[in-house]
Amino acid sequence: MIRIYKPNRDNLNTSLSIGLPIIALAFIDFFGNTFLNTNLTGFLPNSLSYFFPLIAGALGLYFIRIEYSGIRILDNFNKNVNSTTFNAVLTLLIIFIFFKYTPPLLNWLIFDADFVGSAKEDCTSGGACWVFVKVWFKRFMYGMYPNPEQWRINTAFFILFVLIGAAFFVPPKYKKYIILFMLFIYPIIGIKLISGGIFGLKWIETGAWGGLSLTLIVSAFALILCFPIGMFLALGRRSELPAIKYSSIGFIEIWRGVPLITVLFMSAVMFPMFLPDGTYMDKLMRVVIAITLFEAAYMAEVIRGGLQALPRGQYDAAKSLGMGYWRLHLLVILPQALKLVIPGIANTFLALVKDTPLIFVVGLLELAGMIGLAKTNPKWLGMAIEGYVFAGLVFWVICYAMSRYSQRLEKKLSTER
Amino acid sequence: MSKIIELKNVNKWFDKFQALKDVNLEVNQQEKIVICGPSGSGKSTLIRCINRLEEHQEGHIVVDGNEISEKTKDIEKIRAEVGMVFQQFNLFPHLSILDNCTLAPIWVKKLTKKQAEEIAMENLKRVQIDDQALKFPGQLSGGQQQRAALARALCMEPKIMLFDEPTSALDPEMIKEVLDAMVDLAKGGMTMIVVTHEMGFAKEVADNMIFMDEGRIVEKAKTEDFFNNPKSERTKLFLSQIL
Repeated sequence: MIRIYKPNRDNLNTSLSIGLPIIALAFIDFFGNTFLNTNLTGFLPNSLSYFFPLIAGALGLYFIRIEYSGIRILDNFNKNVNSTTFNAVLTLLIIFIFFKYTPPLLNWLIFDADFVGSAKEDCTSGGACWVFVKVWFKRFMYGMYPNPEQWRINTAFFILFVLIGAAFFVPPKYKKYIILFMLFIYPIIGIKLISGGIFGLKWIETGAWGGLSLTLIVSAFALILCFPIGMFLALGRRSELPAIKYSSIGFIEIWRGVPLITVLFMSAVMFPMFLPDGTYMDKLMRVVIAITLFEAAYMAEVIRGGLQALPRGQYDAAKSLGMGYWRLHLLVILPQALKLVIPGIANTFLALVKDTPLIFVVGLLELAGMIGLAKTNPKWLGMAIEGYVFAGLVFWVICYAMSRYSQRLEKKLSTER
Repeated sequence: MSKIIELKNVNKWFDKFQALKDVNLEVNQQEKIVICGPSGSGKSTLIRCINRLEEHQEGHIVVDGNEISEKTKDIEKIRAEVGMVFQQFNLFPHLSILDNCTLAPIWVKKLTKKQAEEIAMENLKRVQIDDQALKFPGQLSGGQQQRAALARALCMEPKIMLFDEPTSALDPEMIKEVLDAMVDLAKGGMTMIVVTHEMGFAKEVADNMIFMDEGRIVEKAKTEDFFNNPKSERTKLFLSQIL
């Protein structure tokens, strides 16, 4: 049939009047099946009836695939989504799948979901039980941090967001001071505010910290620390001094070769054995150090990729101007290399944020860990899906924001024409 | 006139390949030397040894009274006094032209930003691209980039300038603007060693010509003698091909 009838400009009207009704039929059948529980093609054998919308749709799209029809909408449509039979089928599949599965998903997430109440029994309508998230919200945010002291976490993060906002909006002249403050002084203030023990603030041990705030604390410290360490390791691996070179290679290969969960476990169980008697290092600090060193090894390799991409001429030029090793690297090589590997750095940072839930192995419960705890509460059994959907959304928002920021940075630093 | 560069029996190997064989050379202050020769003859290696971008294994290189070897402690100090212009410009693409010119004066010579910018603008004016100062290298033509690279080297106020085939990567119509800037520099009394195939430039500027082949200096002569009656057969052959 395909060989017999070739739709073209000459039989435009005939082709359209055959093609469009067939497409319409396909969609009517599909929507009837999906939303009205009627099967127009019930008289056909089962499998044929099931695939009828796809087959009829593809056939109809074949009839309207007319080159240079002169109708602009049709030409654009054919060019973009109906250029071949394969593309036509893909288009149909995407439309059908979207309409088939979006409504139930939305129903579960929103329309049939329960938002009010205070116990599992209030969830009666069959959709998601967001009451669970609502009731546990404080725990998901602050972990076991005592309620009356939670303002301290809020204040710490509020100051941080103000600083970040300020860094975006103040004139460039002051920007670097804010960033320096944020990187070197603020972390100490923030951590003191949250841990307490000074200025009359009640001491709250790190074991009580948890939830999203812990996710952010661990991520932030690991991010800030792993970057410079990774940078030195990358430079070290390219060093001409064998001692530095081979110790960098050894460090990178050992940490890259071990699963993070093992590293965390070792940091909690084995590390204290190496400390002299009587000394004690906080569990959270050990975990942050472990994650930092682990990610630094990855960071080193990302940055090394950037270093290797630079032509030798850049080194020659910097050397010929009298720059020594550090000036050459800090002023000429690293700014270019880091710019080149922003996507890779963002990748490592995102992976780091998403690796933080693993700290549950040492008993620290950040967001995903708190959900794991809450879902085992006898009063709230069976709430795992809601919990993890919520955690997924939160992580997605954080990671997407970081991803957007990295793209912005890439654009801003671009000096191409 | 006093000697500023002296090379004595310099030998250099890249693994087993010998790139320089027993090279002897003396350069006086304000002297202009043009080095020519077929590709792979060691011209670039020779001038890259003078500021130790390449290391020689045997012989002595003395620049401005300082012996250059692996024992040289302040090689950066010597490099700061020896400017270099490369075939591929090698401007820093992440910095504007002005910042390219002020980077080393500020961080190596410890000038203030204001001083460095004054010197930079002076030199950019000298090579006639002061109107491009705030653009990035990627926005300039090849000829402009090479002149910017020249200005960048001059901002360190070097005693010696080395040129490594400065016009080989340029379109023909841009070669002239770079050569003009170099001629101008030569007239100002700079000590220059230039690796180039631009024989017109050589005739106009050079005091002495050097012809290299297979890592050896085959012929060194006054420019006039070099072109009018070259001694070695190899030089004659080369000149007949290039002129």
